[in-house]
Amino acid sequence: MMHGVAIPPFERFYEEHRVEVLRVLRRRLGPERAEDAFQETFLRALQAYRRLEHGEHLRAWVITIAKNVAVDTLRRARPTSELVEAGAEDSRPEYEELAPLTDGLPPKERAAVVLRYGYDLSYDQIAAALGSSEDAARQAASTGVRRLRGRTSS
Amino acid sequence: MSISPDLDLRFRTAAASLGLLDLGYDVVETPIGPLLVAASDRGLASISYDAEPEAALDQLARIAGPRVLRSPPSVDEARRELDEYFEGRRHSFDLTLDLRAMPPFTTEVLRELAKVPYGETTTYGALAARVGRPRASRAVGTVMNRNRIPIVLPCHRVVGSTGNLVGYAGGLDRKTALLRLEGALL
Repeated sequence: MMHGVAIPPFERFYEEHRVEVLRVLRRRLGPERAEDAFQETFLRALQAYRRLEHGEHLRAWVITIAKNVAVDTLRRARPTSELVEAGAEDSRPEYEELAPLTDGLPPKERAAVVLRYGYDLSYDQIAAALGSSEDAARQAASTGVRRLRGRTSS
Repeated sequence: MSISPDLDLRFRTAAASLGLLDLGYDVVETPIGPLLVAASDRGLASISYDAEPEAALDQLARIAGPRVLRSPPSVDEARRELDEYFEGRRHSFDLTLDLRAMPPFTTEVLRELAKVPYGETTTYGALAARVGRPRASRAVGTVMNRNRIPIVLPCHRVVGSTGNLVGYAGGLDRKTALLRLEGALL
């Protein structure tokens, strides 16, 4: 049995990371859409908080959630021209290329592929974001990639 | 860069209204000082005279879980009833209470305590007798001292057998003030 760091009361976690989360979201989405995404990020974190098994890597965990929310926001907003601007500010625009490619994948595989190859996250960060184990995250990404290969070559 | 108060409050309000909190808390101002009030979806769970949240957070998390967040709407009901109480317009509370994570003896004593009427006092010994443990007045004193929901569970109405105030976790000044407010003391 692992002895992890205790999970802090959510208030403390929120106060510690909210500024950085907002900064990440603003960089990706611009100031206006960042506000909704900020709320969405911490609501998702709250939803998953009870299932956390320890209080380690919480920063990486919440930043990963924020990046997920940003991806979702951009995907929803795809047809608007704002996307180009927001995307241009981003240091890693790969998600734009990946998103349409991965659209048909099962949700978990798609998330794993986008986070791994679009955002270059490590598997433990992806595992945290998906609420699964590192092995499962690795598995999801590789199955997703194999599925894509099969689709593009056929 | 900082978070705008509006954005911050929107998140805190959404968290409470979506039912995602184990406990929501806020500071309630009263004539006897600020109170840190916390409630869950089961009811009022804690009132603390130490209104400094940082100190209370871990304690609150031990009651109901780690999803503890300052969220004003969570304690709206409690705030309203406390306001009315301190204005002298309310003599009993209608709030449901979250008494989880308490030993059975504590719960039993607190349930009896809740029946002590506004403006009256009882003694530690009398309360002990009412839970069928007439010799447990010391243990009753300990329960009073650790009462998680003072004011609403009126441990200020419990005094020594000779009528001396004995003690109060929030300080004797506050005990005196509450008994004066209720007209139990001149």
